[in-house]
Amino acid sequence: MAEAKKYPAPVTNPETMPFWEAAKAGKFMIKRCTACGEAHYFPRSICPFCFSDKTVWEEASGEGTIYTFSLMRKSPTGPYAIGYVTLKEGPSLQTNFVDCDLDKLKIGQKVKVVFKPTDGAPLPFFTPV
Amino acid sequence: MTIKGKAYIAGIYEHPTRHAPDKSTAQLHAEVAKGAVEDAGLSKDDIDGYFCAGDAPGGLWPMVDYLGLNKVRHVDSTETGGCSYIIHLGHAAQAIAAGKCSVALITLAGKPRTGPMPPRAAGAEVDFEAAYGATTHNAYGMCAMRHMHDYGTTSEQLAWIKVAASHHAQYNPHALLRAVVTVEDVVNSPMISDPLHRMDCCVVTDGGGALIVTTPEIAKRLKKPLVRLIGHGEAMKGPRGGKDLDLTYSAGVWSGPRAFEEAGVTPKDIKYASIYDSFTITVLMQIEDLGFCKKGEGGKFVADGNLISGVGKLPFNTDGGGLCSNHPVNRGGMTKIIEAVRQLRGEAHPKVQVPNCDLAIAHGTGGLLGVRHAASTAILERV
Repeated sequence: MAEAKKYPAPVTNPETMPFWEAAKAGKFMIKRCTACGEAHYFPRSICPFCFSDKTVWEEASGEGTIYTFSLMRKSPTGPYAIGYVTLKEGPSLQTNFVDCDLDKLKIGQKVKVVFKPTDGAPLPFFTPV
Repeated sequence: MTIKGKAYIAGIYEHPTRHAPDKSTAQLHAEVAKGAVEDAGLSKDDIDGYFCAGDAPGGLWPMVDYLGLNKVRHVDSTETGGCSYIIHLGHAAQAIAAGKCSVALITLAGKPRTGPMPPRAAGAEVDFEAAYGATTHNAYGMCAMRHMHDYGTTSEQLAWIKVAASHHAQYNPHALLRAVVTVEDVVNSPMISDPLHRMDCCVVTDGGGALIVTTPEIAKRLKKPLVRLIGHGEAMKGPRGGKDLDLTYSAGVWSGPRAFEEAGVTPKDIKYASIYDSFTITVLMQIEDLGFCKKGEGGKFVADGNLISGVGKLPFNTDGGGLCSNHPVNRGGMTKIIEAVRQLRGEAHPKVQVPNCDLAIAHGTGGLLGVRHAASTAILERV
């Protein structure tokens, strides 16, 4: 049932296009600032930590741990689990947990990225390892 | 430069309706504006400042024209969700202190109970978040889940917040939910988005409210008890590029101290607290963030009736709050200020009136606590 869920295609824009182009090739990208060394997500051209424009794309491992989640039971498209993952590289991001028993999710659990198709570029989700 | 004592809340009005299918949204704005102006003992043409947020149809120009506010010389449409009106209060005080206006009107109104609300405009994050279905319920649920994980907070402790609100709502004839509930009622209500149950959630109501903010000189010529703003703070918080994510605290950790410092008072001095209650977890986190207890000890603090007027140490939301009485347009900041002013005037229901209430706080959050949000704090004093 969850597999049948239709996800909206990213609109995309010039600033984030490389992320979506990489996603089509199955790569999960983050941005890193070469001035302050910090990685961030979602990707920006100007570093949100030091305002430097020296940000570069970097392929992330796609591995992380669940920071928190909430299982949304009241939804016309069926229950879904929204949450935050803290990536191995540092940044935390919002996502849904998929392809798993939603009642067994736990804070601290190890997860990895999976891409789900849309009518445009695929979207990143996370699933327990 | 400070706004301390520079602006007085001279007029308040909360629309008695909770369901208004027979009225327009602009009409509700007009009705609350009229109510607040009459409460102050002023007239429409005394208004020379107007403040509204995203709920006002068309924004400033259409509203100023529709309401017939022909003397307006200062406007502000700051939009920070449910706490917009607490921010407006601070901005109105700044404008009054700077001589930009002398009688400011702030309005809120809308009809989410009648029909769906228009969607918010998307931010830069849209492609990276919109598909994941963040709603108020699950965005606050994520905060509650992590707070429980880090601090051992329980559903029963959260339930006490709803229980306290229901004890107050029983005396409010306009409250949507007037039944007194128990901790068991709350934890046995259906799970909406883990770990939040239905009774951890606020009501959805049509309606609105308005304020008149004015100069000390004008306020002293009017007949109402004198209530003034002595401290104000505002702040914003989001995932911040994903660095050091911590969903167990809100932007209240910054807006609160700013307001207390300006006012020259501490949380211990506060006699009554209006605390934004979109969900029970919202109250618990904000009480910690404002310094009424240590971070992580909110669960113990709110338990056993500590928020019930006449019973506990911190009487809160004595109108029944958003959890039981009213959460007009899914924006609770306005009613937070209004009940604080009622308490300071001695106009709260006798069963919930705090004796000799001379210092109160009105604090709110706007947006999604677990995603991006604003916070604003106002410290109010009876003169």
